[in-house]
Amino acid sequence: MASVIGSFLEVLIGGLLSGVLYSLVALGFVLIYKASGVFNFAQGAMVLLAGLALVRSLDWMVNKGFPGWAAVILALVFAGAIMAITAFLIERYVLGPLLNQDGLTLFMSTIGAAFMIEGLGQMIFGSDVYPLKLYPNDAWILLESIFPGGILINQLDVWGGLIAGILVAVLAAFFQYTKTGRALRAVADDHAAAQSVGIPISWIWFVVWLVAGLVALVAATVWGTKLGVQFSIVFLALKALPVLIIGGFTSVPGAIIGGLIVGSGEKLAEVYLGPAVGGGIEYWFAYVVALAVLMVRPQGLFGERIIERI
Amino acid sequence: MLYRETGQFKTTYAADMAIFPIRQDRIALYALLAFAFIAVPLLAHFNIGMFGREYLFKGILIPFLILALATIGLNILTGYCGQISLGAGAFMAIGAYAAYNISLRVPGMPLIPAILLGGLVSAMVGILFGIPSLRIKGLYLAVATLAAQFFFDWLFIRVKWFTNYTPSGSISSPELRIGGYLFQSPIEKYLLALSFVTVFALLAKNLVRGNLGRQWMAIRDMDIAAEIMGIRPLYAKLSAFAVSSFFIGVAGALWAFVHLGSWEPLAFSIDKSNQLLFMVIIGGLGSILGSFLGAAFLLILPIVLDQVPQALGMKVSVETVSHLVFVITGALICYLLIKEPHGFAKLWSLGKEKLRLWPYPH
Repeated sequence: MASVIGSFLEVLIGGLLSGVLYSLVALGFVLIYKASGVFNFAQGAMVLLAGLALVRSLDWMVNKGFPGWAAVILALVFAGAIMAITAFLIERYVLGPLLNQDGLTLFMSTIGAAFMIEGLGQMIFGSDVYPLKLYPNDAWILLESIFPGGILINQLDVWGGLIAGILVAVLAAFFQYTKTGRALRAVADDHAAAQSVGIPISWIWFVVWLVAGLVALVAATVWGTKLGVQFSIVFLALKALPVLIIGGFTSVPGAIIGGLIVGSGEKLAEVYLGPAVGGGIEYWFAYVVALAVLMVRPQGLFGERIIERI
Repeated sequence: MLYRETGQFKTTYAADMAIFPIRQDRIALYALLAFAFIAVPLLAHFNIGMFGREYLFKGILIPFLILALATIGLNILTGYCGQISLGAGAFMAIGAYAAYNISLRVPGMPLIPAILLGGLVSAMVGILFGIPSLRIKGLYLAVATLAAQFFFDWLFIRVKWFTNYTPSGSISSPELRIGGYLFQSPIEKYLLALSFVTVFALLAKNLVRGNLGRQWMAIRDMDIAAEIMGIRPLYAKLSAFAVSSFFIGVAGALWAFVHLGSWEPLAFSIDKSNQLLFMVIIGGLGSILGSFLGAAFLLILPIVLDQVPQALGMKVSVETVSHLVFVITGALICYLLIKEPHGFAKLWSLGKEKLRLWPYPH
């Protein structure tokens, strides 16, 4: 009996922690959607770009003989700078001219931007699989005294959870207590009204994309350590979508809780339902859960209520 | 001067209700059809110019026609009824696998009914996945349609029955035999695809201007207002899902049978869905002609871009070229969206307006 509970807990905890990693990607979506109403398909591509910039500059500096900690800090700064440039270019040349277009057009333009980021990123930084080692990647065995064999937990996932927690706290503080954060919330509420009281929209959008870029960088450090920095990271963006709609497009805590639901749900389903239907249901389970949630609450669990008028 | 409808009086109801009310449009259409059905095969037969090259048919014309059909299907749903779908690839897959299994398991099943039945199966699944659209709207719905994409990707890989237990998951289409005639050469296959596309494009053109099409457009423009005016959202939305999935399913069956010949589930991945959505947007939401233009543009663009560095004598690796194609496609999409958010169809109608006034624009 104890071993059944033990393995259940192991699957559950592993799922919850990997769900937090999805949340990291989903957070970037939420930030941009909240502030500009743009559904940003390029978030996955931004994670890839940040990861590539980070790992390539890190490798280069380590080869040049920089001490490890300095190389990591410089590489993070470099990747951050790359994300800032990307944010500037996207705001200036893609979204700026598309101001006031409808959501679908903006959504398509971010797919176009995603193509450009993927292509350019791989042209500049290369397109192999680059291993990244920023966090320990060993397994911990907990509670061996209670359950036979203990509970196996990946340290990296714990780090990811920790970082996601810090990130949410920082973002919440940024939105709540800084002047820019207040301006961001004002723009999210009503573009035109915000503009009329003197908030510079293009600057705000740049800040939003920069913050989303930095969130992508944080996500890239974790996912890069987990999978190696490679092209398939862009598909994470697709995994983050169900997380997003379960939590609601407009809610930061929703992104975290959605991640937890998706992560634990799909791991439990894979282990306990998977064998009955041939395995691999991780692939679509999250989407079906999202669909079920939407049928009950069309705005997601924590999204703002959608009110329609004629 | 050339393109002006003055003096074309409509004396019968039939003339008033014609699909193409302007004589010049009709003439242009007949000319185009004659060129596609008669001139192209003849030119190919006698090996004249670029028409002698098999690649033109296999690599460009056949995929163009079939993708245009799928784009029309998606355009009915997204452009006319306003329901964004990211799962078009899945419905192509359903059409393809259903047609394959029907022709495999029903002895003596002729080709065309098999393809149409494939479309019907796809339409039924489309209705099923359209049900959430009654509650979910906009981008939330777009994400919900991804559920269809991923579920069917998985289904066709994992459930071996669909692929007839082939070990690799790759299957081959039955031979293309209609009546006693075997469609084998690229030209014959081209004519087969062309016939399907012509019939279905006319069908779509007819549907969207009728009662059903107007209901779809009312729902698209504002669903609540449409509902208050007496349009049933259930019927309008689900019929759009059904018709759209039928078209996409038929296109999928053609894509598998006529274009690919043998295929595996990856042929209908999320990339295909994205590609189709791009074609719809670039071509123009809510335009049948736009579907053709969008399909042609996005199909031919990478092919041309592939050739450019070679033609200029530059030495670049295959990898760089493929990345460059990505960058340029992305940039062009953004550029087109900024310059003309309504797609090629809008450019076309602007051109027609200009032509009406030409050569005296004042």
